[in-house]
Amino acid sequence: MDPVNMKSVQDALEGFLDTEVYVHLETTNGAYASHHNEQFFSAGAYIRNAKLTYERAKITGAGPYRVGLKIPFGWVYAEGITHYEQDDKGRLLLAGHDYDGKLAVALQISTTPFE
Amino acid sequence: MKKERQVLVVFPHPDDEAFGVSGTIASHVNMGTPVTYACLTLGEMGRNMGNPPFANRETLPSIRKYELKESARVLGISDLRMLGYRDKTIEFEDPDKLTNEISSMIKELDPSLIITFYPGYSVHPDHDATGAAVVRAVEKLPVEKRPTLHCVAFSNNCVEELGEADIVFDVSAVADQKFDSIKAHQSQTQLMMAGMAEGLKNQDPEVMARLNFERFWTYKY
Repeated sequence: MDPVNMKSVQDALEGFLDTEVYVHLETTNGAYASHHNEQFFSAGAYIRNAKLTYERAKITGAGPYRVGLKIPFGWVYAEGITHYEQDDKGRLLLAGHDYDGKLAVALQISTTPFE
Repeated sequence: MKKERQVLVVFPHPDDEAFGVSGTIASHVNMGTPVTYACLTLGEMGRNMGNPPFANRETLPSIRKYELKESARVLGISDLRMLGYRDKTIEFEDPDKLTNEISSMIKELDPSLIITFYPGYSVHPDHDATGAAVVRAVEKLPVEKRPTLHCVAFSNNCVEELGEADIVFDVSAVADQKFDSIKAHQSQTQLMMAGMAEGLKNQDPEVMARLNFERFWTYKY
């Protein structure tokens, strides 16, 4: 993955406008967060292969970045995005890595289901 | 360490075998005991991607599969089984399905020793759910037919509630193999290896203890 280039990401997001896509969205502190620090309130969420279309998409912020997708009856968004990649299957992979390089958030868009 | 007829190791993630039990596995293999390692997932949800990241959410499973095979190779595990579950979902699976899958492995392999996580004392929900499935499968056997069940526990309250581990193996004789097993899981252990190599160089007692000794709690039914 490469550090976010806003124009490349914006172009890639717009490439999927009004197209039926599969979305992977996750956020996590890791399963060990509360083990290492019992005061830490661990929370996360995960959805894989949600099928949707979006009519508007934007990457914004000064880095780490925020990405929002406007869908017919609501929104999808992720914050903390630091890296991106368009893989050989044409999928857009966005990820946020923390200061140790560990994945903290991911938003991925594909025209075919993720395996 | 007692010579076993057959060892069955059941963990949910590639690398679970590396930290706490790879010395024990290598010791059994070196005694000529066949070891089967059933690994439930490919650790698809791992957070370590290398720094700078060389893996991503979609490439991680195949990278970790390769690492798992490499770890099995350096430990001499002859029978590695990848059960095809998805990381972080074990606790949501049908418990009967999991139990039956483990029961059928027990029936096929007739292990004299099973190694897994101690349910309730192993921090990660996949660890606890995997250990619980193994316990359910073993409990289905008549008492006299049950293999020995050694559990790994590391929750903050494990010693307080379970007492000290009743089994402690000195695996310093196979420390090199253990080190190689941990190193095989490069995507996950890159950060840790740096600290560990430093600790080894300085003979840091905590690092040495982690490498040289492996602790188990015999499961109490």
